[in-house]
Amino acid sequence: MTIINIDNALLIVTAIAAIWTVMGRSLLKATIGLAVTSAAISVIIFRLESPLAAVFELSVCAGLITAVFVSAISLTKPLTHKEILYASKDRMKRYIYLPVILLVLGAALAFVKIWPGLVIAAPAAASQPEARSLLWDFRRLDILGQVIILLAGAFGIVLLFGEKKNK
Amino acid sequence: MIAFLILLLLICGAYCIVVTRSMIRAIIGIELLIKAVTLLIIAAGNMTGRTATAQSLAITIIIIEVVVAATAAGIALWVFKRTGTLDVRNLRNLKG
Repeated sequence: MTIINIDNALLIVTAIAAIWTVMGRSLLKATIGLAVTSAAISVIIFRLESPLAAVFELSVCAGLITAVFVSAISLTKPLTHKEILYASKDRMKRYIYLPVILLVLGAALAFVKIWPGLVIAAPAAASQPEARSLLWDFRRLDILGQVIILLAGAFGIVLLFGEKKNK
Repeated sequence: MIAFLILLLLICGAYCIVVTRSMIRAIIGIELLIKAVTLLIIAAGNMTGRTATAQSLAITIIIIEVVVAATAAGIALWVFKRTGTLDVRNLRNLKG
């Protein structure tokens, strides 16, 4: 049995990307870390036999949300050199506990041996409709709710991002 | 393994929200939390053999996630225009 199989590699990539997202100094690098986390999670979701959700995760979370964050960051003002020096001293104190907590968690999980493989053999499923037919035939109200939420979100973004014209 | 990954994402997201002073980074923490929940639902669907239901729920979560992210980024920009900074401590001075 090889130790570095695709599941372990995915775990390592996702863990490093998530920690980098939280601990990275630059907001832009944190956004890129979030996109890498999303991409790795979409591969995991695909491995868990959910290709439709994996495609959504990859296109929306790794793509669209990254674009939204990058545009939001580009509209803000960068920190001055003095502010960066002050923030880097301060942030080290605040973020140093995260790796410690994660190491303790990993050690605890290794101790109780909760390390099954990523893909767990599913029980024999009863005849279940496909995800597409489930969405369109049985969960129409959800689709309607999603459309309303999307429209409300778009309306809110236009109000918040849009600048007032000078009269 | 999947349990460790979900816990890691939950801890990273919660820690990010608690510790950070930047509004954008707080939204990134919320995103990590939502990703952990999405992964949990997909893993639960895989374990129980109900992947179609899990997928439909995950798609709903992803759509709501993008709306939350975009609206929160808009609010952060609005605060930046008003106060000139993304520091969440400035929000303590709000009325109400």
